[in-house]
Amino acid sequence: MKAPIITDTTLRDGSHAVSHSFSPEFVASVVSQLAEAHVPVIEVSHGSGLGGSTIQQGFSTHDEWSLIEQAVANKGGSKIASLFVPGLGTRPEIIKAAEYGIDILRVAVHCTEADVTQQYFEQAKNSGLGTVGFLMMSHTQPAQVLAEQAKLMESYGADCVYVVDSAGALVPESVRDRVARVKDSISINVGFHAHNNLGLSIGNTIAAIEAGADQIDGTLRGLGAGAGNAPTEVLVAVLNKMNIETGIDLTVLMDTAEEIVAPVFKYPQILDRDNIATGYAGVYNSFLLHVREAAEKFNLNPVAIIEELGRRHAVAGQEDWIIDVAQDLKAKELVK
Amino acid sequence: MGKIKAAILGSGNIGTDLMYKILKTDGAMELALMAGIDPESEGLKRAAEAGISTTDRGIDGVLETEDIRIVFDATSAKAHMAHAPRLKEAGIIAIDLTPAAVGPYVVPAINLGDHLEVDNVNMISCSGQATTPLVYAVNRIAPVKYSEIIATISSVSVGPGTRQNLDEFTMTTANACQKIGGADTARAVPIINSAEPPIMMNNTVYAVLHKEADEAAVLESIGKMVADVQRYVPGYRLKAKPYIDVRHTPWGELPTVIILNEVEGAGDFFPNYAGNLDIMTAAAQQVGEQFASHLLKKGGVIV
Repeated sequence: MKAPIITDTTLRDGSHAVSHSFSPEFVASVVSQLAEAHVPVIEVSHGSGLGGSTIQQGFSTHDEWSLIEQAVANKGGSKIASLFVPGLGTRPEIIKAAEYGIDILRVAVHCTEADVTQQYFEQAKNSGLGTVGFLMMSHTQPAQVLAEQAKLMESYGADCVYVVDSAGALVPESVRDRVARVKDSISINVGFHAHNNLGLSIGNTIAAIEAGADQIDGTLRGLGAGAGNAPTEVLVAVLNKMNIETGIDLTVLMDTAEEIVAPVFKYPQILDRDNIATGYAGVYNSFLLHVREAAEKFNLNPVAIIEELGRRHAVAGQEDWIIDVAQDLKAKELVK
Repeated sequence: MGKIKAAILGSGNIGTDLMYKILKTDGAMELALMAGIDPESEGLKRAAEAGISTTDRGIDGVLETEDIRIVFDATSAKAHMAHAPRLKEAGIIAIDLTPAAVGPYVVPAINLGDHLEVDNVNMISCSGQATTPLVYAVNRIAPVKYSEIIATISSVSVGPGTRQNLDEFTMTTANACQKIGGADTARAVPIINSAEPPIMMNNTVYAVLHKEADEAAVLESIGKMVADVQRYVPGYRLKAKPYIDVRHTPWGELPTVIILNEVEGAGDFFPNYAGNLDIMTAAAQQVGEQFASHLLKKGGVIV
């Protein structure tokens, strides 16, 4: 089997888990370690992408551009990617990011809305960037819909399209089905991005590779939104055991995960009640800390909020619905 | 007594919904013409069925029709840039429903009275019509340092124009919250949700205040503004009682007003969930009515 291209997104997806508090020094040290380990792509930005620092998503403690500056300065032979969510980001941020020296833009939309991405893919290409399309919340749509959306992104200039399991709700069979169908429908690379809500981040990623995925994501020690992601060091260890040669230095990754990343965890990222409920109900992972905050404020069970968000089909970026749901649940409780 | 003759330019969904709204209102304006560029368009057919004169020659057809005093432009930003100077030259008032923003932003509940003498006004965007009044309502009591609005709309109600130009929508809406709403700085974030059945348009406004404020006075101001908007958008309402929270911001821990709003459409042409489209056409109609009354008054007619 061909080795997949690995993107480490500790410094982007992991940003959610630390409430967007990465410092430029932390970014510099993680990026230089990942570069030393020969990880081909390193993603750096606010957890919700360029321009994501908002009340809704959580403000960054440090200017995002100072983080990107440090990433570019320490990237060695690796490439730097940034996430971009249309609406949170606008084209001026793409131009600026390219000027700061990033290499790749990953354009993320809900998996039915690919047709809003055209102006952003075009801008990224005009700015000389590599391009990836991110189909978020892929569990909500059948493989055929994802395939059609991926085709649109390909037509706009994407170099790769990811099936993104934002809620950690997929299982190996549903991953294989989606990745294989997308792979069949486009001639560019296909990627897979996992979350670990149901304990399947590594298993699903391997299923994706078996179904033809060319690119996969991981984060050191799994640091990421909600239940976290596929730990990059574990992925490399598993691929080594499968005799798939990634060229990545496992020892450096394990040391970085243990000595640099583990100390920044703000809460134990385990398969606790809230994380399992999130995966089971198919809810966007970065809602977790916002749900816990609302649950405390309104004195509610976080699982009740998570389940209601699932029923309402909340998509990425709808953190404001958490307040709405909490108020509604509280009102119902008072009526009782 | 004569009414002011108006034309709708653009026979797509927005133009068609606006047509039904004008037809069911007995006001100072009469709809004299529906102009499109596609003779097969559903909007032109519906207009003809409703007994309205139609043309498939777009702006030329409008300019050739006598006595048109007001034109609602529901085409595209690019097309409006071309239409605007021609309408101006013909002495016709343009009510621009595109993001072109040739003229000043208008929100009927806030600043319409300031602009009745200009010949081109812009309707901002659907979320601008929905959220700017709320930012303004807070700001007139407690100055707003930063406003952030989240506009969530159903996927089926977002047309190709918006989809290809999401940046215009985002920037225009933020701009209006700043310029008309009064916030020192502002951001707007559109969210498109594809849930079935489609969700109702809903908006969240976060207004970060400079300092603590009288919560009761802020709430009263918001309530009054909602009533003002309801006069022309009956389905405009609060989802819950607004409240002041304390939020971490780049400027420290600051009081932040949180307002959850939803907009149910009147169902004139669009389904009820498409409050985003309804608020545009309802606001534009209101602007048209005010202009028409103003023209009649100037003409010595008491209305």
